[in-house]
Amino acid sequence: MRWSEEQIETRLGEIADALAALPGEPPCLVGIQSGGAWVAAALNERLAQPLPIGSLDVNFYRDDFDTRGLKRSVKPSDLPFEVDGAHIVLVDDVLMTGRTIRAAMNELFDYGRPASIRLVVLFDIGHRELPIRPDICGETLALPPHQRVELRGPAPLVAEVRTIRPDE
Amino acid sequence: MTLAPPPSSRVQLTEDGKLRHFLSVEHLSRSLLEEILDTAASFVDVGDRAIKKVPLLRGKTVVNLFFESSTRTRSTFELAAKRLSADVLNLDIAKSATSKGETLLDTLRNLEAMAADMFVVRHQDSGAPFFIAEQVTPRVAVINAGDGRHAHPTQAMLDMYTIRHYKGGFAGLKVAVVGDILHSRVARSQAHALNILGAEEVRFIGPKTLLPRDVEALGVTVFTDMIQGLKDVDVVIMLRLQKERMDSALLPSEGEFYRLYGLNNDKLRHARPDAIVMHPGPINRGVEIASEVADGPRSVILNQVTFGIAVRMAVMSMAISGQESAHGQPQGDLDGR
Repeated sequence: MRWSEEQIETRLGEIADALAALPGEPPCLVGIQSGGAWVAAALNERLAQPLPIGSLDVNFYRDDFDTRGLKRSVKPSDLPFEVDGAHIVLVDDVLMTGRTIRAAMNELFDYGRPASIRLVVLFDIGHRELPIRPDICGETLALPPHQRVELRGPAPLVAEVRTIRPDE
Repeated sequence: MTLAPPPSSRVQLTEDGKLRHFLSVEHLSRSLLEEILDTAASFVDVGDRAIKKVPLLRGKTVVNLFFESSTRTRSTFELAAKRLSADVLNLDIAKSATSKGETLLDTLRNLEAMAADMFVVRHQDSGAPFFIAEQVTPRVAVINAGDGRHAHPTQAMLDMYTIRHYKGGFAGLKVAVVGDILHSRVARSQAHALNILGAEEVRFIGPKTLLPRDVEALGVTVFTDMIQGLKDVDVVIMLRLQKERMDSALLPSEGEFYRLYGLNNDKLRHARPDAIVMHPGPINRGVEIASEVADGPRSVILNQVTFGIAVRMAVMSMAISGQESAHGQPQGDLDGR
Protein backbone atom coordinates (compact mmCIF):
# COMPACT_ATOMS: atom_id res chain seq x y z
CA MET A 1 0.00 0.00 0.00
CA ARG A 2 1.34 3.45 -0.84
CA TRP A 3 0.24 7.07 -0.72
CA SER A 4 1.15 9.45 -3.52
CA GLU A 5 2.06 13.10 -3.04
CA GLU A 6 -1.52 14.05 -3.97
CA GLN A 7 -3.07 11.63 -1.49
CA ILE A 8 -0.84 12.94 1.30
CA GLU A 9 -1.77 16.51 0.26
CA THR A 10 -5.46 15.64 0.64
CA ARG A 11 -4.88 14.27 4.14
CA LEU A 12 -2.79 17.32 5.11
CA GLY A 13 -5.56 19.60 3.85
CA GLU A 14 -8.13 17.83 6.02
CA ILE A 15 -5.86 17.96 9.07
CA ALA A 16 -5.12 21.68 8.49
CA ASP A 17 -8.87 22.40 8.36
CA ALA A 18 -9.45 20.50 11.62
CA LEU A 19 -6.50 22.32 13.19
CA ALA A 20 -7.86 25.73 12.19
CA ALA A 21 -11.24 24.78 13.67
CA LEU A 22 -9.79 23.94 17.11
CA PRO A 23 -11.37 26.14 19.80
CA GLY A 24 -9.33 28.47 22.00
CA GLU A 25 -6.15 30.44 21.56
CA PRO A 26 -3.91 29.76 18.55
CA PRO A 27 -1.50 26.93 19.44
CA CYS A 28 2.19 26.37 18.74
CA LEU A 29 3.13 23.46 16.48
CA VAL A 30 5.82 21.05 17.65
CA GLY A 31 6.91 18.40 15.14
CA ILE A 32 8.72 15.29 16.30
CA GLN A 33 11.96 14.65 14.35
CA SER A 34 12.10 13.79 11.62
CA GLY A 35 8.78 12.76 10.01
CA GLY A 36 6.65 14.75 12.43
CA ALA A 37 8.68 17.90 11.77
CA TRP A 38 8.03 17.53 8.02
CA VAL A 39 4.31 17.09 8.62
CA ALA A 40 4.21 20.10 10.97
CA ALA A 41 5.96 22.30 8.39
CA ALA A 42 3.64 21.09 5.62
CA LEU A 43 0.58 21.77 7.79
CA ASN A 44 1.77 25.25 8.65
CA GLU A 45 2.05 26.10 4.94
CA ARG A 46 -1.62 25.24 4.55
CA LEU A 47 -2.86 27.39 7.43
CA ALA A 48 -4.27 30.83 6.67
CA GLN A 49 -2.50 32.10 9.80
CA PRO A 50 0.88 30.32 10.17
CA LEU A 51 1.58 29.27 13.75
CA PRO A 52 4.80 29.42 15.76
CA ILE A 53 6.58 26.17 14.96
CA GLY A 54 9.31 24.12 16.62
CA SER A 55 10.71 20.61 16.60
CA LEU A 56 11.70 17.99 19.16
CA ASP A 57 14.19 15.16 18.92
CA VAL A 58 13.05 12.75 21.62
CA ASN A 59 16.09 10.47 21.48
CA PHE A 60 17.36 11.62 24.87
CA TYR A 61 13.97 10.78 26.37
CA ARG A 62 13.29 7.35 24.91
CA ASP A 63 12.54 4.46 27.25
CA ASP A 64 14.55 1.95 25.23
CA PHE A 65 18.06 3.44 25.59
CA ASP A 66 19.13 0.36 27.56
CA THR A 67 18.26 -2.00 24.74
CA ARG A 68 18.70 0.10 21.62
CA GLY A 69 21.31 2.68 22.57
CA LEU A 70 21.63 6.15 21.14
CA LYS A 71 20.54 6.77 17.59
CA ARG A 72 23.27 8.10 15.32
CA SER A 73 21.77 11.27 14.03
CA VAL A 74 20.24 13.07 16.97
CA LYS A 75 19.21 16.59 15.99
CA PRO A 76 18.98 19.48 18.39
CA SER A 77 15.48 20.22 19.63
CA ASP A 78 14.34 23.69 18.67
CA LEU A 79 11.46 25.43 20.43
CA PRO A 80 11.64 29.11 19.45
CA PHE A 81 8.79 30.15 21.75
CA GLU A 82 8.00 30.15 25.47
CA VAL A 83 6.62 26.73 26.44
CA ASP A 84 5.28 28.00 29.78
CA GLY A 85 1.57 28.62 29.32
CA ALA A 86 1.59 27.74 25.61
CA HIS A 87 -1.08 25.61 23.93
CA ILE A 88 1.01 22.99 22.17
CA VAL A 89 0.01 20.80 19.26
CA LEU A 90 2.41 17.84 18.99
CA VAL A 91 2.70 16.58 15.43
CA ASP A 92 4.01 13.15 14.39
CA ASP A 93 3.86 11.20 11.16
CA VAL A 94 2.89 7.79 12.53
CA LEU A 95 1.35 6.90 15.90
CA MET A 96 1.80 3.34 17.11
CA THR A 97 2.76 2.33 20.66
CA GLY A 98 2.52 5.88 22.00
CA ARG A 99 5.99 5.71 23.55
CA THR A 100 7.41 8.43 21.32
CA ILE A 101 4.58 10.75 22.37
CA ARG A 102 5.22 9.94 26.03
CA ALA A 103 8.91 10.83 25.49
CA ALA A 104 7.96 14.05 23.68
CA MET A 105 5.64 15.14 26.50
CA ASN A 106 8.37 14.50 29.07
CA GLU A 107 10.80 16.58 27.05
CA LEU A 108 8.27 19.42 26.63
CA PHE A 109 7.86 19.62 30.39
CA ASP A 110 11.62 20.14 30.76
CA TYR A 111 11.19 23.36 28.76
CA GLY A 112 8.27 24.62 30.79
CA ARG A 113 4.65 23.99 31.76
CA PRO A 114 2.43 24.10 28.71
CA ALA A 115 -1.20 25.16 29.19
CA SER A 116 -2.34 22.22 27.08
CA ILE A 117 -1.00 19.58 24.69
CA ARG A 118 -2.91 18.13 21.77
CA LEU A 119 -1.79 15.43 19.39
CA VAL A 120 -2.00 15.43 15.60
CA VAL A 121 -0.82 12.47 13.50
CA LEU A 122 -0.90 11.67 9.81
CA PHE A 123 -1.36 7.92 10.38
CA ASP A 124 -2.58 5.92 13.36
CA ILE A 125 -1.60 2.27 12.91
CA GLY A 126 -2.83 0.91 16.24
CA HIS A 127 -0.91 -1.41 18.60
CA ARG A 128 -1.02 1.15 21.39
CA GLU A 129 0.85 0.37 24.60
CA LEU A 130 0.04 3.59 26.49
CA PRO A 131 -3.18 5.51 27.14
CA ILE A 132 -2.58 8.02 24.34
CA ARG A 133 -4.89 8.91 21.43
CA PRO A 134 -4.70 11.54 18.71
CA ASP A 135 -6.97 14.61 18.72
CA ILE A 136 -6.71 14.83 14.93
CA CYS A 137 -5.71 11.93 12.71
CA GLY A 138 -5.29 11.82 8.92
CA GLU A 139 -5.92 8.14 8.46
CA THR A 140 -6.46 5.14 10.72
CA LEU A 141 -5.09 1.79 9.55
CA ALA A 142 -5.25 -1.70 10.93
CA LEU A 143 -1.82 -3.16 10.14
CA PRO A 144 -0.41 -6.52 11.24
CA PRO A 145 2.33 -6.15 13.88
CA HIS A 146 5.23 -6.60 11.46
CA GLN A 147 4.14 -3.77 9.17
CA ARG A 148 4.81 -0.04 9.44
CA VAL A 149 3.94 3.07 7.52
CA GLU A 150 7.05 4.88 6.37
CA LEU A 151 6.86 8.56 5.43
CA ARG A 152 9.47 9.95 3.04
CA GLY A 153 10.20 13.64 2.76
CA PRO A 154 10.56 16.47 3.42
CA ALA A 155 9.40 17.25 -0.14
CA PRO A 156 7.50 15.67 -1.72
CA LEU A 157 5.87 13.76 1.12
CA VAL A 158 4.97 10.21 0.13
CA ALA A 159 4.29 7.14 2.24
CA GLU A 160 4.19 3.40 1.95
CA VAL A 161 3.61 0.31 4.02
CA ARG A 162 6.80 -1.57 4.72
CA THR A 163 7.33 -4.99 6.27
CA ILE A 164 10.02 -4.80 8.93
CA ARG A 165 12.77 -7.32 9.53
CA PRO A 166 12.76 -8.98 12.95
CA ASP A 167 15.96 -7.17 14.04
CA GLU A 168 14.69 -3.68 13.28
CA MET B 1 45.08 -8.05 2.74
CA THR B 2 43.43 -6.38 5.69
CA LEU B 3 45.43 -4.86 8.47
CA ALA B 4 44.54 -5.58 12.05
CA PRO B 5 43.12 -2.43 13.66
CA PRO B 6 45.61 -0.65 15.89
CA PRO B 7 45.26 -1.52 19.58
CA SER B 8 43.66 1.70 20.75
CA SER B 9 40.76 1.40 18.35
CA ARG B 10 40.34 -2.28 19.21
CA VAL B 11 39.90 -1.50 22.90
CA GLN B 12 37.75 1.55 22.30
CA LEU B 13 35.27 0.22 19.78
CA THR B 14 32.66 -2.52 19.70
CA GLU B 15 32.79 -5.13 16.95
CA ASP B 16 30.45 -3.05 14.83
CA GLY B 17 32.53 0.10 15.29
CA LYS B 18 30.63 1.91 18.03
CA LEU B 19 32.41 3.77 20.80
CA ARG B 20 32.46 1.86 24.10
CA HIS B 21 35.49 3.44 25.80
CA PHE B 22 36.95 6.83 24.97
CA LEU B 23 40.69 6.70 25.61
CA SER B 24 42.40 8.47 22.72
CA VAL B 25 41.36 10.12 19.44
CA GLU B 26 44.32 8.49 17.70
CA HIS B 27 43.22 5.82 15.20
CA LEU B 28 39.54 6.76 15.45
CA SER B 29 37.74 7.46 12.19
CA ARG B 30 36.67 10.82 10.95
CA SER B 31 33.03 9.74 10.94
CA LEU B 32 33.21 8.71 14.60
CA LEU B 33 34.74 12.06 15.60
CA GLU B 34 32.04 13.83 13.61
CA GLU B 35 29.40 11.74 15.32
CA ILE B 36 30.75 12.92 18.69
CA LEU B 37 30.58 16.56 17.53
CA ASP B 38 27.06 16.14 16.11
CA THR B 39 25.80 14.46 19.27
CA ALA B 40 27.38 17.23 21.35
CA ALA B 41 25.55 19.82 19.24
CA SER B 42 22.21 18.43 20.35
CA PHE B 43 23.32 18.58 24.00
CA VAL B 44 24.45 22.21 23.85
CA ASP B 45 20.96 23.66 24.14
CA VAL B 46 20.09 21.44 27.12
CA GLY B 47 22.28 23.88 29.08
CA ASP B 48 20.03 26.79 28.06
CA ARG B 49 16.74 25.24 29.14
CA ALA B 50 14.66 25.73 32.25
CA ILE B 51 15.50 22.17 33.30
CA LYS B 52 19.09 21.48 32.32
CA LYS B 53 18.75 17.73 32.36
CA VAL B 54 17.83 14.84 30.08
CA PRO B 55 16.90 11.42 31.49
CA LEU B 56 19.25 9.45 29.22
CA LEU B 57 21.52 7.94 31.90
CA ARG B 58 18.97 7.81 34.71
CA GLY B 59 19.88 5.02 37.11
CA LYS B 60 23.47 4.75 35.82
CA THR B 61 26.42 5.34 38.13
CA VAL B 62 29.42 7.31 36.94
CA VAL B 63 32.58 7.19 39.06
CA ASN B 64 35.11 9.98 38.65
CA LEU B 65 38.37 8.23 39.40
CA PHE B 66 40.99 10.92 39.81
CA PHE B 67 44.48 9.67 40.63
CA GLU B 68 45.75 13.17 39.91
CA SER B 69 43.66 15.99 41.16
CA SER B 70 42.01 18.37 38.72
CA THR B 71 39.09 20.27 40.09
CA ARG B 72 38.09 21.81 36.80
CA THR B 73 38.06 18.67 34.65
CA ARG B 74 36.37 16.71 37.40
CA SER B 75 33.63 19.32 37.83
CA THR B 76 32.81 19.43 34.13
CA PHE B 77 32.57 15.63 33.99
CA GLU B 78 30.42 15.70 37.11
CA LEU B 79 28.12 18.32 35.63
CA ALA B 80 27.93 16.44 32.31
CA ALA B 81 26.96 13.21 34.10
CA LYS B 82 24.39 15.02 36.22
CA ARG B 83 22.82 16.67 33.18
CA LEU B 84 22.39 13.16 31.80
CA SER B 85 20.66 12.24 35.09
CA ALA B 86 23.37 9.78 36.15
CA ASP B 87 24.45 9.38 39.77
CA VAL B 88 28.01 10.55 40.32
CA LEU B 89 30.63 9.42 42.78
CA ASN B 90 33.83 11.48 43.00
CA LEU B 91 36.87 9.60 44.19
CA ASP B 92 40.06 11.46 44.81
CA ILE B 93 42.33 8.42 44.79
CA ALA B 94 45.41 10.58 45.13
CA LYS B 95 44.37 11.08 48.73
CA SER B 96 42.57 7.84 49.52
CA ALA B 97 42.80 4.08 49.10
CA THR B 98 46.13 3.73 47.30
CA SER B 99 47.78 5.65 50.09
CA LYS B 100 46.53 2.89 52.39
CA GLY B 101 48.26 0.27 50.25
CA GLU B 102 45.33 -0.97 48.18
CA THR B 103 46.34 -1.88 44.61
CA LEU B 104 44.71 -0.29 41.58
CA LEU B 105 43.04 -3.58 40.69
CA ASP B 106 41.58 -4.00 44.18
CA THR B 107 40.22 -0.47 44.01
CA LEU B 108 38.64 -1.24 40.64
CA ARG B 109 37.06 -4.49 41.83
CA ASN B 110 35.57 -2.67 44.80
CA LEU B 111 34.03 0.00 42.61
CA GLU B 112 32.67 -2.60 40.21
CA ALA B 113 31.07 -4.36 43.16
CA MET B 114 29.16 -1.09 43.73
CA ALA B 115 27.72 -1.60 40.21
CA ALA B 116 29.38 1.37 38.54
CA ASP B 117 28.59 1.81 34.84
CA MET B 118 31.39 4.18 33.92
CA PHE B 119 34.82 5.21 35.16
CA VAL B 120 36.14 8.63 34.24
CA VAL B 121 39.87 8.26 34.80
CA ARG B 122 42.56 10.90 35.31
CA HIS B 123 46.00 9.46 35.96
CA GLN B 124 49.55 10.80 36.09
CA ASP B 125 50.87 7.79 34.16
CA SER B 126 50.47 7.55 30.39
CA GLY B 127 48.37 4.55 29.41
CA ALA B 128 46.68 3.99 32.79
CA PRO B 129 43.11 4.38 31.39
CA PHE B 130 43.97 1.74 28.73
CA PHE B 131 45.08 -0.63 31.46
CA ILE B 132 41.85 0.01 33.35
CA ALA B 133 39.74 -0.45 30.20
CA GLU B 134 41.38 -3.81 29.61
CA GLN B 135 40.93 -4.95 33.19
CA VAL B 136 37.48 -3.68 33.84
CA THR B 137 34.42 -5.97 33.75
CA PRO B 138 32.51 -5.94 30.48
CA ARG B 139 29.65 -3.42 30.57
CA VAL B 140 31.73 -0.76 32.34
CA ALA B 141 32.78 2.11 30.06
CA VAL B 142 36.05 3.99 30.64
CA ILE B 143 36.65 7.61 29.66
CA ASN B 144 40.15 9.05 29.66
CA ALA B 145 40.16 12.40 31.47
CA GLY B 146 43.89 12.86 30.91
CA ASP B 147 46.76 10.39 31.31
CA GLY B 148 50.35 11.52 31.85
CA ARG B 149 51.78 13.15 28.74
CA HIS B 150 49.77 10.87 26.50
CA ALA B 151 46.23 12.06 25.79
CA HIS B 152 43.31 14.21 26.89
CA PRO B 153 40.75 13.25 24.29
CA THR B 154 37.67 15.03 25.66
CA GLN B 155 39.62 18.30 25.86
CA ALA B 156 40.72 17.81 22.25
CA MET B 157 37.15 17.10 21.16
CA LEU B 158 35.76 20.17 22.93
CA ASP B 159 38.44 22.19 21.13
CA MET B 160 37.32 20.60 17.84
CA TYR B 161 33.73 21.46 18.68
CA THR B 162 34.71 25.07 19.38
CA ILE B 163 36.66 25.33 16.11
CA ARG B 164 33.82 23.84 14.09
CA HIS B 165 31.33 26.13 15.81
CA TYR B 166 33.24 29.28 14.88
CA LYS B 167 34.83 28.22 11.59
CA GLY B 168 32.10 26.00 10.18
CA GLY B 169 34.47 23.11 9.45
CA PHE B 170 38.10 22.10 9.16
CA ALA B 171 38.86 22.22 5.43
CA GLY B 172 41.51 24.83 4.66
CA LEU B 173 42.09 25.71 8.32
CA LYS B 174 45.51 26.51 9.75
CA VAL B 175 45.71 25.90 13.48
CA ALA B 176 48.62 26.87 15.73
CA VAL B 177 49.22 25.28 19.14
CA VAL B 178 51.59 27.39 21.20
CA GLY B 179 53.67 26.83 24.32
CA ASP B 180 54.75 23.87 26.39
CA ILE B 181 54.06 21.13 23.84
CA LEU B 182 56.45 18.70 25.50
CA HIS B 183 54.42 18.26 28.67
CA SER B 184 51.05 18.67 27.01
CA ARG B 185 48.75 15.70 26.52
CA VAL B 186 46.26 18.16 25.06
CA ALA B 187 48.55 19.17 22.18
CA ARG B 188 49.03 15.56 21.09
CA SER B 189 45.32 14.81 21.12
CA GLN B 190 44.62 18.05 19.27
CA ALA B 191 47.13 17.22 16.53
CA HIS B 192 45.57 13.79 16.02
CA ALA B 193 42.02 15.15 16.00
CA LEU B 194 42.81 18.04 13.64
CA ASN B 195 44.53 15.74 11.17
CA ILE B 196 41.71 13.17 11.28
CA LEU B 197 39.12 15.91 10.75
CA GLY B 198 41.03 17.28 7.77
CA ALA B 199 42.54 20.59 8.91
CA GLU B 200 44.94 21.95 6.32
CA GLU B 201 47.87 22.58 8.63
CA VAL B 202 48.66 22.02 12.30
CA ARG B 203 51.54 24.05 13.69
CA PHE B 204 53.35 23.57 16.97
CA ILE B 205 55.04 26.71 18.22
CA GLY B 206 57.41 26.71 21.17
CA PRO B 207 61.03 26.73 22.33
CA LYS B 208 63.11 23.72 21.27
CA THR B 209 63.36 22.61 24.89
CA LEU B 210 59.57 22.30 25.12
CA LEU B 211 59.01 20.42 21.85
CA PRO B 212 59.01 16.62 21.92
CA ARG B 213 61.49 14.85 19.64
CA ASP B 214 58.98 12.71 17.74
CA VAL B 215 56.90 15.75 16.87
CA GLU B 216 56.93 15.49 13.06
CA ALA B 217 55.42 12.01 13.31
CA LEU B 218 52.27 13.72 14.59
CA GLY B 219 51.84 15.41 11.21
CA VAL B 220 52.59 18.95 12.36
CA THR B 221 54.84 21.78 11.22
CA VAL B 222 57.16 23.12 13.90
CA PHE B 223 58.04 26.76 14.50
CA THR B 224 60.32 28.16 17.15
CA ASP B 225 59.58 31.73 16.03
CA MET B 226 56.09 32.67 17.16
CA ILE B 227 55.58 35.52 14.69
CA GLN B 228 56.36 33.23 11.75
CA GLY B 229 54.24 30.46 13.21
CA LEU B 230 51.18 32.68 13.69
CA LYS B 231 51.24 34.02 10.14
CA ASP B 232 47.81 33.53 8.53
CA VAL B 233 46.49 31.03 11.08
CA ASP B 234 42.71 30.75 11.66
CA VAL B 235 42.95 29.38 15.19
CA VAL B 236 45.48 30.00 17.97
CA ILE B 237 45.45 27.52 20.83
CA MET B 238 47.57 28.64 23.80
CA LEU B 239 48.73 25.98 26.25
CA ARG B 240 49.08 26.48 29.94
CA LEU B 241 52.67 26.83 31.09
CA GLN B 242 52.95 24.70 34.19
CA LYS B 243 54.71 26.78 36.81
CA GLU B 244 56.55 23.75 38.14
CA ARG B 245 58.31 23.41 34.78
CA MET B 246 59.83 26.84 35.28
CA ASP B 247 62.33 25.56 37.81
CA SER B 248 63.39 22.64 35.65
CA ALA B 249 66.02 24.41 33.53
CA LEU B 250 63.94 23.97 30.37
CA LEU B 251 63.23 27.67 30.33
CA PRO B 252 65.33 30.75 30.98
CA SER B 253 62.66 32.66 32.96
CA GLU B 254 58.97 33.45 33.06
CA GLY B 255 59.61 36.92 31.67
CA GLU B 256 61.70 35.57 28.84
CA PHE B 257 59.03 33.01 27.95
CA TYR B 258 56.33 35.66 27.91
CA ARG B 259 58.44 37.91 25.70
CA LEU B 260 58.98 35.13 23.15
CA TYR B 261 55.82 33.01 23.35
CA GLY B 262 53.21 34.94 25.34
CA LEU B 263 50.24 35.93 23.20
CA ASN B 264 49.47 39.65 23.16
CA ASN B 265 47.59 41.79 20.64
CA ASP B 266 50.83 42.70 18.95
CA LYS B 267 51.64 39.07 18.11
CA LEU B 268 48.03 38.21 17.36
CA ARG B 269 48.11 40.76 14.51
CA HIS B 270 50.04 38.21 12.47
CA ALA B 271 47.21 35.70 12.55
CA ARG B 272 44.23 36.10 10.23
CA PRO B 273 41.99 39.02 11.20
CA ASP B 274 39.14 36.62 12.06
CA ALA B 275 41.35 34.20 14.02
CA ILE B 276 39.95 32.86 17.28
CA VAL B 277 42.02 32.37 20.45
CA MET B 278 41.55 29.28 22.60
CA HIS B 279 43.06 28.01 25.85
CA PRO B 280 42.28 24.82 27.79
CA GLY B 281 42.46 26.73 31.07
CA PRO B 282 43.23 27.58 33.74
CA ILE B 283 45.01 30.55 32.17
CA ASN B 284 48.16 32.18 33.53
CA ARG B 285 47.69 35.85 32.76
CA GLY B 286 50.98 37.44 31.84
CA VAL B 287 52.73 34.08 31.48
CA GLU B 288 51.39 32.59 28.26
CA ILE B 289 48.59 35.03 27.48
CA ALA B 290 47.98 38.74 28.02
CA SER B 291 44.74 39.87 29.62
CA GLU B 292 44.06 42.07 26.57
CA VAL B 293 43.84 38.86 24.50
CA ALA B 294 42.22 36.54 27.07
CA ASP B 295 39.41 39.06 27.64
CA GLY B 296 39.47 40.37 24.08
CA PRO B 297 36.96 39.99 21.27
CA ARG B 298 38.68 37.01 19.65
CA SER B 299 38.90 34.94 22.80
CA VAL B 300 36.48 31.99 22.94
CA ILE B 301 38.00 30.56 26.11
CA LEU B 302 34.81 30.64 28.18
CA ASN B 303 32.73 29.24 25.30
CA GLN B 304 35.11 26.27 25.32
CA VAL B 305 34.03 25.54 28.89
CA THR B 306 30.34 25.58 27.94
CA PHE B 307 30.89 23.36 24.91
CA GLY B 308 33.06 21.04 27.02
CA ILE B 309 30.07 19.96 29.08
CA ALA B 310 28.08 19.09 25.95
CA VAL B 311 31.02 17.19 24.42
CA ARG B 312 31.46 15.18 27.63
CA MET B 313 27.73 14.43 27.68
CA ALA B 314 28.04 13.16 24.11
CA VAL B 315 31.03 10.92 24.81
CA MET B 316 29.48 9.54 28.00
CA SER B 317 26.15 8.68 26.44
CA MET B 318 27.78 7.20 23.33
CA ALA B 319 30.12 4.99 25.39
CA ILE B 320 27.34 3.71 27.64
CA SER B 321 25.20 3.17 24.56
CA GLY B 322 28.07 1.20 22.98
CA GLN B 323 28.40 -0.97 26.08
CA GLU B 324 24.67 -1.67 26.01
CA SER B 325 24.74 -2.66 22.36
CA ALA B 326 27.80 -4.89 22.91
CA HIS B 327 26.32 -6.69 25.89
CA GLY B 328 22.60 -5.99 25.96
CA GLN B 329 19.88 -8.13 24.49
CA PRO B 330 18.84 -6.29 21.36
CA GLN B 331 15.08 -6.48 21.27
CA GLY B 332 13.49 -7.40 18.00
CA ASP B 333 11.00 -5.05 16.57
CA LEU B 334 9.84 -1.63 17.22
CA ASP B 335 10.64 1.66 15.91
CA GLY B 336 8.97 2.63 19.15
CA ARG B 337 6.21 4.72 17.70
